[in-house]
Amino acid sequence: MKKILPKALLLTGLALSISTTAFAGSDEKKKAPAVMSGAKAEMLANTCAGCHGFNGVSQGPATPSIAGMSAEYLTEVLKAYKSGDTASTMMGRIAKGYTDEELKQVADVFAKKKFVAAKQESDSAAAKKGKKLHKKYCEKCHSESGSEADDDSGFLSGQWTPYLHATMTDFTSGKREMPKKMKKKVKKLMKKEGEDGMKALMAYYASQQ
Amino acid sequence: MSIKINRRTFIQTLTAAAAVGVVGTPYLALGASKKVVVVGGGTGGATAAKYLRLADSSIEVTLIEPNKDYYTCYLSNEVLGGNREMDSIKFGYEGLKKHGVKVVHDYVTAIDAEKKTVTTKGGESFSYDRCIVAPGIQLRYDTIEGYDEKVAEKIPHAWKAGPQTIALRKQLTDMKDGGTMVIVPPPNPFRCPPGPYERASQIADYFKREKPKSKIIILDAKPKFSKQGLFIQGWEKLYGYGTDNSMIEWRPGPDATVNKIDAGKMTATNEFDEVKADVLNIIPAQHAGKIAFTAGLTNDSGWCPIALDTFESTIHKNIHVIGDASIAKGMPKSGYAANSEAKVCAAAVAALLNDTEMGSPSYVNTCYSVVGKDYGISVAAVYKLAEDKSKIMKVSGGLTPKDADADAHKREVGYAHSWLKNITNDIFG
Repeated sequence: MKKILPKALLLTGLALSISTTAFAGSDEKKKAPAVMSGAKAEMLANTCAGCHGFNGVSQGPATPSIAGMSAEYLTEVLKAYKSGDTASTMMGRIAKGYTDEELKQVADVFAKKKFVAAKQESDSAAAKKGKKLHKKYCEKCHSESGSEADDDSGFLSGQWTPYLHATMTDFTSGKREMPKKMKKKVKKLMKKEGEDGMKALMAYYASQQ
Repeated sequence: MSIKINRRTFIQTLTAAAAVGVVGTPYLALGASKKVVVVGGGTGGATAAKYLRLADSSIEVTLIEPNKDYYTCYLSNEVLGGNREMDSIKFGYEGLKKHGVKVVHDYVTAIDAEKKTVTTKGGESFSYDRCIVAPGIQLRYDTIEGYDEKVAEKIPHAWKAGPQTIALRKQLTDMKDGGTMVIVPPPNPFRCPPGPYERASQIADYFKREKPKSKIIILDAKPKFSKQGLFIQGWEKLYGYGTDNSMIEWRPGPDATVNKIDAGKMTATNEFDEVKADVLNIIPAQHAGKIAFTAGLTNDSGWCPIALDTFESTIHKNIHVIGDASIAKGMPKSGYAANSEAKVCAAAVAALLNDTEMGSPSYVNTCYSVVGKDYGISVAAVYKLAEDKSKIMKVSGGLTPKDADADAHKREVGYAHSWLKNITNDIFG
């Protein structure tokens, strides 16, 4: 009750105080009580491990590793889940529970963790082709085979294939919006190389261990 | 045993100090050790032990757990459905040892809150500065006539994964096509609220593949259940729910409440019916694990009241209770919740031992159920503590949307399986 009443009102006359209390009483039923803020960054980030792995390194295969990417990129990704700009099955529900500042805190924690490439199989012939396609279509924004945090883009090398596949499906189906440059490149890639080209790219990223 | 000397020295010093009128000498100022004993090596206990070591490697952490292998209750329903091997839900304690946790395989028989000691069946005694108790659940054998611990060997509950899971799976594979399986879910509150219904789903998946004339009857004590709308939607899609040929029939409480069983005749009886089963699965009512009762940590409800920020018992100081056994007002009794509570508790215990601030707690629960092939559903929530600390408040979350498409349901199965790998690596790795 105290939390709802502004301090100034508590200091005014008894009559006013009673009527305000009555009002606040009915209001309180609708409004949830205030919650504590000020959790430490590690406290917030530790809750992610259940799905994204200890230290943000996913044991896979469907949930991505989130360690080592740039804080800026991770913050933007989380904010887009929160706003609903990026479609998701789960992350939207989760991200809405945090303030933008808290999302940044979480991103900062994982940006400092070490990315570990996923241990997964890949077709070596496809990977060879994928390497060329990567250079041609992706390298500009995902340099070092897509493992450079300073690019402020998502990691590709060593990321789990089922995750990359699901994400690319969302991009190419239009469920998720691509950045302008990416849209152009992906369109070109799909036109020239088709699904096989995409598979070759995935094989290349999976082979980077 | 150096702690005893330290403690004695400390008490002597404190007595001397008090005599000259100095009060409030902090324990740590005297350079005492920081000892934590964790009772129970399940999801909550093992997480707490690991995260305590991560928070402060000068804390001496001893984990006492009778079993050398731990089988997760979560996703054990897939074993019943023939979709998973037992080995994939089996975990050991080598990972914890690498984090510097001392692992003792023994059974805790007593906790002395005054002397701050934990005693085991093996005759050992461990002193602590703070104790974390994570005993999980105890199945109640006193609520259904004709059902007891001995009967549970023939009629498995399979609500603690392990031999019970294997026994129930064998009964299902032995059952003839056209048989009836009866599931009796427990009344609230209990471990894993969607569990009995995921179990029905997984077994229906097995029947659909291999014994299509068989059916499942759920005799529930409750009029509603967790993720009900989503389960029913999935059952309609996959198992003909609501039609004459439905593989699953759910009979709601209170009318369907089973009050008597006959293990010889294989029947479950409620006020209106006697239902004959080929395979019977009684999941009985539950309360906190045995040691919580022995140590006097429970209240009349049979569960352990705690402070919601530190998980310290409101009955006994310096003892914290986490996981299914605790009354974490606002959070469900799930694996993810136990993992999340353990991290909050570890941060609190580390802060209390070092006389530092832990900051506000933050909790998450995510819970997937695999309803059938390529069909997963979920519920999730982010929680913060109410300012008056009266309740853990959900600040976001919710269920899989009702209009989720086939691809979303398929992805949720993938996420469920990834979740198992990641949370167990977080706990034991």
